[in-house]
Amino acid sequence: MIQSQHRGIIFLVLRRMRAPLAVLISIFAIAVLGLTVIPGIEVDGEARRMSFFHAFYFISYTATTIGFGEVPIEFSEAQRMWVTVCIYLSVVGWAYAIGALFALMQDTAFRDAVRTERFAREVRRLAEPFYLVCGYGETGRLVTRALDHLGIRVVAVEIDPAKAAELDLHSLWADVPSVVGDAAKPQVLRLAGLEKPECRGVMALTNDDQTNLAVAITARLLAPQVPALCRTRNVEIAANMASFGTRHIINPFEKFGEYLALALHSPSAYHLLEWLTGIDGTEVEPHRDPPRGTWVLCGYGNFGRLLANALEHEQMPVVLIDRDPPPDGTPHRWVQGDGTCAPALLEAGIRDACGIVACTGSDVDNLSICVTARELKPDLFVVVRQNHFSNNPLFDAFEADARVVPSRIIAHECLAILTTPLLVPFLDEVKAAREDWSAALLARLTERFGWRVPHVWSVRVNARQAPALFALLMPAGPDVTIDALLRDHARRDCALHCEVLLIRRDDGSNCLLPKGDQAIRVGDELLLVGDRQARSHLSLTVENPNTLDYVLGGRDLPGGWVWQRLSRRHG
Amino acid sequence: MNLEKVVFGFVIVLAATLNFGFFVGDIDQTQHHDIYELFAAIVVNLIATVLKFGDRTQIGAIHLSTSLVADLQLIAAACVWAYASHVAGVGMDAGYTAKVVSLSGGALFANVVSVIILIAETIMQRR
Repeated sequence: MIQSQHRGIIFLVLRRMRAPLAVLISIFAIAVLGLTVIPGIEVDGEARRMSFFHAFYFISYTATTIGFGEVPIEFSEAQRMWVTVCIYLSVVGWAYAIGALFALMQDTAFRDAVRTERFAREVRRLAEPFYLVCGYGETGRLVTRALDHLGIRVVAVEIDPAKAAELDLHSLWADVPSVVGDAAKPQVLRLAGLEKPECRGVMALTNDDQTNLAVAITARLLAPQVPALCRTRNVEIAANMASFGTRHIINPFEKFGEYLALALHSPSAYHLLEWLTGIDGTEVEPHRDPPRGTWVLCGYGNFGRLLANALEHEQMPVVLIDRDPPPDGTPHRWVQGDGTCAPALLEAGIRDACGIVACTGSDVDNLSICVTARELKPDLFVVVRQNHFSNNPLFDAFEADARVVPSRIIAHECLAILTTPLLVPFLDEVKAAREDWSAALLARLTERFGWRVPHVWSVRVNARQAPALFALLMPAGPDVTIDALLRDHARRDCALHCEVLLIRRDDGSNCLLPKGDQAIRVGDELLLVGDRQARSHLSLTVENPNTLDYVLGGRDLPGGWVWQRLSRRHG
Repeated sequence: MNLEKVVFGFVIVLAATLNFGFFVGDIDQTQHHDIYELFAAIVVNLIATVLKFGDRTQIGAIHLSTSLVADLQLIAAACVWAYASHVAGVGMDAGYTAKVVSLSGGALFANVVSVIILIAETIMQRR
């Protein structure tokens, strides 16, 4: 609930306080006036009247219940009567004013205005790069947590107040400014900092495809330089998004279709991809490779259609089971029935099939299908679609061969695209490569780094990201090889625990898996895989000239100017 | 016609007239300037200020600022008065009276601006 004019809190307060303040001023005025008019104690036969100054002084401390007594001289009885009236009048005035103020504080519209204002201020003051996450559901939560883990700031927009409130409960490192609002409205995105130069990307991760489309359009028109990542399940909407230049459209089902196809014809490449794009710090369990043969597919929805196409593309026969009659012109065998019961599965030839995909929209149905199918044929390769993250324990207990969790797929994809853009060209190379090449690479990398998802990052040799290396190389400096650079800055005979996967040259050409004696040039962008420590060591090496000098040449340079002069004279 | 407009116009014009009433007369003649009139001017000016709260238009903003100026000047005048009669110990002599009246003259100018804005606003609406 965002008001279009959100900076009006102070005006709202003033407007609401108009009547109470006017009443308070009137009461003060009447009381003061009365005190100056009413005669006081007679001195020398003449009644002493209070001056305005004394009257105002007296009323000020009486009305605020401080009460110093009767000053400057004792009051006459007439004055005391008037003061009694004044005391009650002023209490009524204060009660009215304070009551109005508290009523305003409790007002939902006012509280929304205050919250929105606070959010806008937080975003305005955000001076570091951040990503804008629209939709804090399962996917949004995964992405936010992973980005937070990497030390990247996030701003969240969520339409459901309950979900937005969860943000405060999740223990994140950095504060995530969040607002309750509809991401489809441009002013909400604007408020969330879409147009700020620090905004590095916007992610449309809501459940609603139309909202995601609206976010894509808003980002394209208001902030064309900001890359937008959009989630959609609908092919037409994806086409619509693509038509106005949305760079990254993520359809989780299509993505999984691609993965499954990849897993079918090149299992190692698939594993490599999963290992590299997983969420930092999680363990990847290598599952058995999907067999080639007949596949049974239960549920012909959006996802079913994409998977059927993917399997067909790999020349696998597909048998479909669905409750609805077959649509016209389907090329696949079709069994109309309930996949959760044995008869339909048997009719579809489950005993001769090699794998089953349960991809209906219901988690319970999917599990039921898989359990029944496995009873009929225990060595079946089972792919199951998990719709809701909350059903995790059930799916963990079942141990399917492959599990499709849309939110997780989207999160992985977003993170890979955002944090290491160079990973995409590398993965493209992997997908295109031969199976034995991928197998060898996978074996080598997992032997060195383990099956835990490694740290993947990129470094560009320029003045900002690698100032020391840039300065050394810039005026046609010495050749620096990869092997020479990737060394520990404390003991240079130890290699860093990381490896270069890809070098993108300044001219756009790629150098896949460069050899250790490959020289690094200015403008190169390196894609590295390794652990977190190696990353921090390397960043110190390329940023600090003294460290770089030690790593490359083994010399410990003196740090200060005086010592540098002295050592130059002696050396 | 609505009551709110009547009250608004009334308070603003009254603030200006009371201020004027206090201001007229010889600048250093104490008996030409009544303390009760100054008090009334301050109170009515404060109420006028409060009535102008919360209007977010450009004209509303100018209205509010002229009122704040008038308040400031009148309260300063009252402070000088209180200082002269209670702290300085000389009472309202010609010098202090001149100070008080000239301060209220400044407030009068702000009040006149306020009235002019009120008239301009009314004319602009052409109704």
